[in-house]
Order: sequence, then C-alpha cells, then structure tokens
Amino acid sequence: MIGPAYGQPISTAFARAGNEDRAALIGYLPAGFPSRDGCVRAMAAMVEAGVDLVEIGLPYSDPLIDGPTIQEAVNQALVGGTTTAVVLDTVCEVAGLGVPVLVMTYWNPVERYGFERFAADLAAAGGAGVITPDLTPEEAGPWLAACSEHGLDPVLLVAPSSTETRLRRISAACRGFVYAASTMGVTGSRTEVSPLARGLVERTRAVTDLPVAVGLGVSNGKQAAEVAGYADGVVVGSAFVRALLDASNEDAGIAAAAALAGELVTGVRHRA
Amino acid sequence: MTLDHDLPDAHGHFGVYGGRFVPEALSAALDELEQAYRAAQADPAFRAELAGLHKSYTGRPSPLTDATRLSAHAGGARILLKREDLNHTGSHKINNVLGQALLTRRMGKPRVIAETGAGQHGVATATAAALLGLECCVYMGEEDTVRQALNVARMRLLGAEVVPVSTGSRTLKDAINEAMRDWVASVETTHYLLGTVAGPHPFPVMVRDFHAVIGQETRAQVLELTGRLPDAVAACVGGGSNAIGIFHEFIGEPSVALHGYEAAGDGVETGRHAATLYAGSPGVLHGTRSYLLQDADGQTAQTHSISAGLDYPGVGPEHAWLKDNGRAAYRGITDTEAMEAFRLLCRTEGIIPAIESAHAIAGVLQLGRELGPDAVIVVNLSGRGDKDVDTAARWFDVLDRDLPAPTDVVAGPPGEQL
Repeated sequence: MIGPAYGQPISTAFARAGNEDRAALIGYLPAGFPSRDGCVRAMAAMVEAGVDLVEIGLPYSDPLIDGPTIQEAVNQALVGGTTTAVVLDTVCEVAGLGVPVLVMTYWNPVERYGFERFAADLAAAGGAGVITPDLTPEEAGPWLAACSEHGLDPVLLVAPSSTETRLRRISAACRGFVYAASTMGVTGSRTEVSPLARGLVERTRAVTDLPVAVGLGVSNGKQAAEVAGYADGVVVGSAFVRALLDASNEDAGIAAAAALAGELVTGVRHRA
Repeated sequence: MTLDHDLPDAHGHFGVYGGRFVPEALSAALDELEQAYRAAQADPAFRAELAGLHKSYTGRPSPLTDATRLSAHAGGARILLKREDLNHTGSHKINNVLGQALLTRRMGKPRVIAETGAGQHGVATATAAALLGLECCVYMGEEDTVRQALNVARMRLLGAEVVPVSTGSRTLKDAINEAMRDWVASVETTHYLLGTVAGPHPFPVMVRDFHAVIGQETRAQVLELTGRLPDAVAACVGGGSNAIGIFHEFIGEPSVALHGYEAAGDGVETGRHAATLYAGSPGVLHGTRSYLLQDADGQTAQTHSISAGLDYPGVGPEHAWLKDNGRAAYRGITDTEAMEAFRLLCRTEGIIPAIESAHAIAGVLQLGRELGPDAVIVVNLSGRGDKDVDTAARWFDVLDRDLPAPTDVVAGPPGEQL
C-alpha cells in the first residue's frame, strides 16, 4: 500500500509550527455538521484563516467524553444521515485543502467497518491519522499494526490521572503527536484552561519525543496563547461547533468559525 | 471449546469479549478499583462483613420455592423459583450494590453514582448509600422515570438525587452515558456503582462475583430438596447480572443446561426488541466488547421492551462468550409472552414478579414442555413486581375507569426532591 494520495503528514505541520516558534492549531468539526457540504466549507474557511491541522469527527450515537455542545452537533449530523462512508468522503474533500486531516472516532464504528478496511480506505481518502479517545493501548495492538501498514498516524489520549507507566505506554503507541486531555472531564468550553494541563504536558514530554497537543476546554485566543506557552499544539473543537450552532444560518456560522480561527491563530503565535 | 472457570484473563477478556475501552481519564480509577476489589476479596474481614450484611439486612439466603401449580403449565416439569424478589429492596441488585458500597468506603470515596433502567439498581444503590452514609446520585432515562415513577420516589425518599437523562433514547443506555461523563469529571471522589455485568474491566467479573451467591445458594438448596443437580437453570437477560449470578456456579457442570431469556419486545422480526445476544452482533459499547444491537455503521440501535430493566442494546461480555461457545442458550420472549407468564405466576403461585423476571418464567414454560415432567428447572425470580403494578394494570385493563390515568402521576420537575 502506498501512502496518502494527497494531504500532508502530521509531523510536517508540527515541524513548521515549531520552526516558527509557535504552537500548531488543530480545528475539529464533526463530519456532516452543520451539513455535509457545510462541514467542508467551514473547514476550508478555518484553514484559510490559518488552522494547521484539521480533525474530522465521526458522528457516533454514544459519545462518552463529549459534552452537550458536541453531542448536539453529532446528533444533528446523525439525523442528517452522516454515515462512515460520508465521513470518508468528507476527509477526501478536506484533504484537498493541503493540511493534514485526522479522523476523531470512537472505536465501535471502526470495528464495525472493519479496522483494516477503515485504515486502508482512510489512507486512500488522503487521511493522515486517527484519534481514538476510547481505545486503550492494551486493546490497540492490531489497530496500530493496521495504521502502520497504511501509513496512518494513530493518536491516543493521555489524561491528568495517567501514571508514568501509562504515559510511556500510550506515547509509545502514538505517531504524529500525543493528545493530552487537559482536564478530567468531557469536551466543552471552560472559563479557564485546567491547571492540570501544563503538568501533564511536562510529564508527557519527559517520556516521548513526539509533539504534545492539548485539547479540551480551549475556546479563545487568550487560552490558546496560554496553552501555546507550554504545548506544541492546541486543539479546539467545542468552540468551533458553538460558533456554527449559534449562527442564524450556515454562511454566518462559517464566517464566525473563520473569525474564531483567526483569533486562535493569533493566540498560538503569541505564546504566553 | 474451553469451559475454563477462571476467566476472565488479566485484562478482563472472556475470549475475544470484555476488556477495557474507556477514556484514559478512567484508567487509573479502574486500576484502583481492580486492586481494591482483589484486596477485599482476599480479606476475610471484608467477606465476613458482606456476608453479615446479606444475612441481617438483605435477608439471605433467599428461599427456593417449589412452584407446584405453575408446573402444570410447564409440561409438568418441576419448577423451582429462586426468590431474589424477597431480598431487601425487592431484587437481586442488592447483592452487588452492598459489595461495591463496602468497596467504595474501603477506597475512601464519599460519593457513588449509578445508572438505572427499571429503577431497581437505583433503589438498591440509594439504599446502600443511606446505610453506609455515602452521597448518591442516580442517572435515569427520562422515559424510564415516567415508566417507573414509584422507584424515582423511593430513591428520593432514601436521600438520593435522581437526574433524568433527556439525551438520545432517554433510556438505560443514555443513563450510562451520563453516569460515565459524571465519573470522568468526579473520579477522585466518586465511585461509579455500575449495576450489571457489562462495562469496562473489572466490572463484569466483580459484579458477577458479588452475584455468584445466588447460584451457590441454589446448588445447596436444590441438592437438599431434590437430591440432585437441576437439569436446567434459567434467567432473564438484560445486561445479564442476575443470569450470571445464578449461572456461574453451574458453568462447570455440563449436565446443567443454562438458558437466558432476552426481551423480544414486539417480536424480533419487527425490529422493536432488545434481544441483543439473539439478534445482535459483536461490537464495543460502554467500555466493553460484547454483542450489541447496532446498525451497519456501528451506531447503537434503538431498543424496545415493556420491561425497562431489559431495554438495553448491550449485554455482559461473559454472556457473549457463553453464547459463542455454546455453553448457554439465549432466546427471545415477547412482551405478550412475558405478560402472560406474569399473569400466570400471579394466579398460580400468588407471586407478582417483576416484568423482567416474567420473561424468565415465560421461558421455562416453554422449556418445561421441551424437557418433560421428569425435569427439574430452577428459574431466577430476580425481582418482585410492585414497581410494575401500574404497567401491568394497564396491560390487563384492571383499573377502575374513574381513577386518574396513572401516567399523570409522575415525579415532580427534574431536581425536585421529595
């Protein structure tokens, strides 16, 4: 199997940000939200504004670590008929924007699709990696092999409660970067970034050479600047979703998401 | 085929099933729980305290009742009822709840959360929390809070907070999602007192072990009563805790057939059912790999059952393993069949069963006819039907017409404490 037909490797995006002495900005939206085409257009606007990597969510009926905002968006996407095939089509379109594309998915849809087939089809669609928030390294063996075979970067999560042993085990399973969940909780905006995030990034850095990106609870430029002060990447999801949910129509939502992306891009370049 | 009694393996696998599929934030808590559980199991003082509570508080051992009049409707087979309905709080759920509540205290956590479908596990958890002075919060699907309004009141009387869950299908599955979300954020101070043999390791093995007392007592009681092992042991299966509880003791006895009865709702062919093992496929839900009801994309399917306690699209991983290796057989019982068995047990034995348990009764009526009059069949009567009087009264139309419709008499607005 050859590598992705197009799209960029994740390492390139982090390396470029590092060379510019800033953090990389990763933007999340579920496929099919606010509509199938709207998701692609919103991602295009966000990339235009300077988002470095994009994360396409695979809508799932039981999103255990998502708060009310993403639950609502995912539910809309599912009601709108967003199947796994639609997610792969979306990846294919977004990969044409020229930045690395990851899929964020709970495990069951991948297992149902057939994890080897999923890896093959995602790679063929131009995907660069997969974030799996409920796949533990203990259960990930065959999946990691499939990712390796198809040139995909598997990304697992570390959490503030992770022991050093687990940080090592999880980081060893990751390629591209390690996703640090900033807080003990579900996705969603918070008034302040968790004080646990910095310590987690430091503990993770001590056991891996991979970049470490922080997600959960970052929603504005100030918070992005704060996190960029100690992390290699900043993941923003719920805030983009909220911008689209609150808008009176799709175009206004996309404009709001692009404006938020602009603010965040400024944030990651002004490390606090 | 292996009948290894020592499953699961170190990572909680029963063959390809089980394991741990959870957000990393929960890994440390699950490791802590597993260690605390293993230490407690090895501690005679813990086992003695739990056994003492079961004797003086739960009312164990629960009796074995010879259902002689029901037998005539089951081809003459001898039907023995394991009376978990007579436990304090009215179901088998208390066995597991007292064990986990004692563990919670041992781990030094002041708060428990739980999910509940029919309300039986929620009531049992609220009860144990009151007994041990723990704070208690129960997540319950909004639809179930209406179906089981009396149990909502019971939990609140016991001092628990009941949170109606209005996401998704508003039933047990969504209550588990919300409880998991609570737990991810509160894990330092809170134990998730999961009510069935599903969920991430170590829940399936721990909950099984706490319920194994059902089968252990059953073996001794059947031997005393009949001088031999039963030909079959039967139970209803939602998540599967009462079934595993009575099966476990007999898994290594090849002469004892194991039968699980799932909720076939309107009939499996209609698509409106909750017969996970019978009609589902392997997948991952709520932290474990097992059978589940799902669509072609792995999205969890909507389920239906007249019984809130069986209305769940997943099932414990050990059941999936028992199904695949043929050690246990699983069949579906429709709402109508279950309610007919419910009526029959009321009229022949003077016992009003939980509608969940009525599925098992319906199953042994069929099984008895298949096995014949020489057979001895034990059925786990997992709960009593007080909570279901409203549902049953409407099903059989036995309410006086001038009374207000029972569905109008529901709990107060969310958060209101009685």
